[in-house]
Amino acid sequence: MATAALDPAHATSPKRSVLVDWLTTVDHKKIGILYGASAFIFFLIGGLEAEVIRLQLMKPDTHLVSPEFYNQLFTMHGTTMIFLAVMPISAMFFNFFVPLLIGARDVAFPRLNAMSFWVFLLGGLFINASLLMNAAPNGGWFGYAPLSSRQYSPGVNMDFWALGLQILGIASLAAGVNFFTTILNMRAPGMTLMRMPMFVWSVLVTQVLVLLSFPVITIALVMLTADRNFHASFFSYNVAGGDPMLWQHLFWVFGHPEVYILIMPAFGIVSEILPVFSRKPLFGYSAMVFSMAFIAFLGFGVWSHHMFATGMGPLADSFFSLMTMLIAIPTGVKIFNWIGTLWGGSLQFKTPLYFALGFIAMFIMGGLSGVMHAVAPADLQQTDSYFVVAHFHYVLFGGSIFSLTAGAYYWWPKMFGRMLDEGLGKVHFWLMLIGFNLTFFPMHFVGLLGMPRRIYTYPSGLGFDGYNMASTIGALTLGVGFLVFIYNVIRTWRTGAHAPADPWGGATLEWAIPSPPQEWNFAVEPTVTEKDALWAMKRAAGVKVLPEPPLVSGKGIHLPSPSWWPLFTSFGILIFMVGIMVKGETHGFPFGPISVFGVLLTAFSIFKWSYQPVDHPTSH
Amino acid sequence: MTAAVLDHDSADAHEEHPTSLRIDSRKLAIWTFIGSECLFFAALITTFVIYRNSHATGPGPKDVFEVPLVTAGTAVLLFSSFFVVMALNGAQEGNRKKLLLWLSLTVLCGCFFVGMQVYEFTGFMHKGMGYSTNLFATSFFTLTGFHGTHVAIGTLWLGTLLKDAYKGRIPPNKALNLEIAALYWHFVDVVWIIIFPVVYLMSLFAK
Amino acid sequence: MSTQSVAHDQPHASGGKYVQIAVILFVLTALEVALFEVSHEAGPTGFGALLASHFVVILLALSALKFWFVAMFYMHLKFDLKVLRYVFASSLLIAVVVISALFVLFTYNRTLWWATGVWK
Repeated sequence: MATAALDPAHATSPKRSVLVDWLTTVDHKKIGILYGASAFIFFLIGGLEAEVIRLQLMKPDTHLVSPEFYNQLFTMHGTTMIFLAVMPISAMFFNFFVPLLIGARDVAFPRLNAMSFWVFLLGGLFINASLLMNAAPNGGWFGYAPLSSRQYSPGVNMDFWALGLQILGIASLAAGVNFFTTILNMRAPGMTLMRMPMFVWSVLVTQVLVLLSFPVITIALVMLTADRNFHASFFSYNVAGGDPMLWQHLFWVFGHPEVYILIMPAFGIVSEILPVFSRKPLFGYSAMVFSMAFIAFLGFGVWSHHMFATGMGPLADSFFSLMTMLIAIPTGVKIFNWIGTLWGGSLQFKTPLYFALGFIAMFIMGGLSGVMHAVAPADLQQTDSYFVVAHFHYVLFGGSIFSLTAGAYYWWPKMFGRMLDEGLGKVHFWLMLIGFNLTFFPMHFVGLLGMPRRIYTYPSGLGFDGYNMASTIGALTLGVGFLVFIYNVIRTWRTGAHAPADPWGGATLEWAIPSPPQEWNFAVEPTVTEKDALWAMKRAAGVKVLPEPPLVSGKGIHLPSPSWWPLFTSFGILIFMVGIMVKGETHGFPFGPISVFGVLLTAFSIFKWSYQPVDHPTSH
Repeated sequence: MTAAVLDHDSADAHEEHPTSLRIDSRKLAIWTFIGSECLFFAALITTFVIYRNSHATGPGPKDVFEVPLVTAGTAVLLFSSFFVVMALNGAQEGNRKKLLLWLSLTVLCGCFFVGMQVYEFTGFMHKGMGYSTNLFATSFFTLTGFHGTHVAIGTLWLGTLLKDAYKGRIPPNKALNLEIAALYWHFVDVVWIIIFPVVYLMSLFAK
Repeated sequence: MSTQSVAHDQPHASGGKYVQIAVILFVLTALEVALFEVSHEAGPTGFGALLASHFVVILLALSALKFWFVAMFYMHLKFDLKVLRYVFASSLLIAVVVISALFVLFTYNRTLWWATGVWK
């Protein structure tokens, strides 16, 4: 298969079909687009699940879906949005923009990068395939034991969940190693750590969190799988002395860093957008870097604040309470610095800035209810109620999704070479802001009134009715908002204005090259002399916008060759996991023939991959 | 597994200038992976420590553990660490004979350790300690099983490098191919340096 | 290839040093096993009892020492780039913190609160 390596200068020659080109690509920009497209489809599936949940809860005593299916809906909604939407949409931005922002031609390990994507996609399809079998995971997105054990979840539902997350974890860990190495080792000359764009810093911190938290969930999921399929009893409370609390601890040792994995890239994107649309540099750059690192570090010492209701005792409660409140300090530093960036700037009210401002306001509200949860006695009242649902949607939707949408409008011209429509963008923003608050603000009240989260339905007369109706109307408004976004994309795909290299007056290197970038990114490797590298270049040239960069032929530029092996490796991993599930249902032995085949395919692919030259020798 | 993938895989797009940290990306990546693995084994060791006394049914540590056998395994793994640095030394000096000698000894040690574990596990089964007999057994087999899998993967990895070395494909300027495998191998060794006292000696000592 | 040769500009220890470390590791392992045997057979008083009462601490110290020797010399952390030391040390720090915290959560609360019903 090594012969599949082609002369990179002709890598896009018509001889190779478009399909093969995408299946074997190792170009970080194409992988980024693959991440974005698949994640957006998963996002729509997760959104559809949310709409059905809201329709079910619109009125009291509704039976739109069965209670069993409702359990699958809320579990899949949470799992999908976290692991298959927000994380991979962030990964789209890491992939496409980290090399561009640091002035590199690709990531450190292009084929490993391709493998990360394929493993993610197959894992996502694996989890969602359960929906077609009417056996989707139904034990909640954090799969609490003993509910997730074989005894209480006898079907294959939670096997899909445990094995699916295991697959996704492999993708995240591989990407974590890759991007950590890329950011530390592939920077253009002069791009010191303290000159890096804030988004790159946020990705670096995110990868540290991934690398140190995902191994823990890997082990927890191995133990859950052992409990379910191999007669172990790690988490079942029985004579053997198993303890469900161990699952909760291991899950949240992973789970709390995980929520920072979801929000850090959002911080980074907003920190890129605000300076560009305020026409002044980011306020307090180094304070921003250190507060982000501090949040990440503290993030490993607060996991038990998810477990105040489990009775850990006053010592543990106090400790985790204080640690959690401590996180408000670096977070506050970040919020004040964003506002400081806007202060006195000449604001350009374009769509990305609208969403970035929306992010700041919504994230502050989510942060405030977060501090309320840090108070252990108050948390006992709020936990597992709709108040918590309101809180985490304010940080994950109001925070992450607002910021990722801002990033989509900001970077769309660079990725696809077309401008999105400004008017439609602003309609999208207002529908999303109003719909979002209409959906989630009433949940604070209905939660404190006592409506439990994940409840199938509720009787009338408890004071829940009006709030739930408002939430449902809000959720439908949100849906319309995203339809406007899709319409915007379709309308401008062929007929939208061509994007110049630098439509926004950007501060960072990606705006120095044509839109969309050519395969080798930079025809001449940039040299960086200070922060906001492109603004420095413009100052040096004495212009506001640099002349449009010419397209170059790319002859002699050395690029990694495409490869089939990442895709085959991913299939090996998937087959291995499927084998455990299929075999695990009836027999005790973990490795049936399917699993063995999966391991062999993985090992063979990695072996062939290792000996495949990184690029074809004749292309030198 | 990620570790094996890193072998030979580095973007040469940047060949014309040295990397930012003046270090090969593969070496930084394997260290990053090792850092990540620390948490992997931390979760496993924690679970074992919490559950090591949960053997109300079936045998406990004192019924099954055999210190002489495990001490032998520990010594083999420690020596293999020594052997692999000597092999690396040989590779860096361009001394093919030295490289082949020490690397084959390392691979042999890896095989011996895995064999020791298979023998040990079989013995435990015969003493009535299956994977799910009790939580002590389950967490013991999970922890040492994962460690053993790491040893097996490392042995395979070093085995492919031995084949490369035999064919003269590891000249001094490619010694890094061996160095990253050696780093992984040493890490597997230091994990055992923790497992040996914490899992075996402390469990036997406990009242 | 320039990217590969730079890695070898770092001074590494010599073969003789490696032999010394191997001997040290062997001795430390022997000490661990000896400590175990002596503590295990120890009577109520005497040197054996003294060792037995500090068994866990001494054993962990010995294995930490072995860990340090392998990481510093065999894994070349002593001679290599500082950033590699930071990567490994910070991961280890988080790992140790998590292990210790979970251990406390599972023993302190169990013995003092779950078992006795007394809050401390």
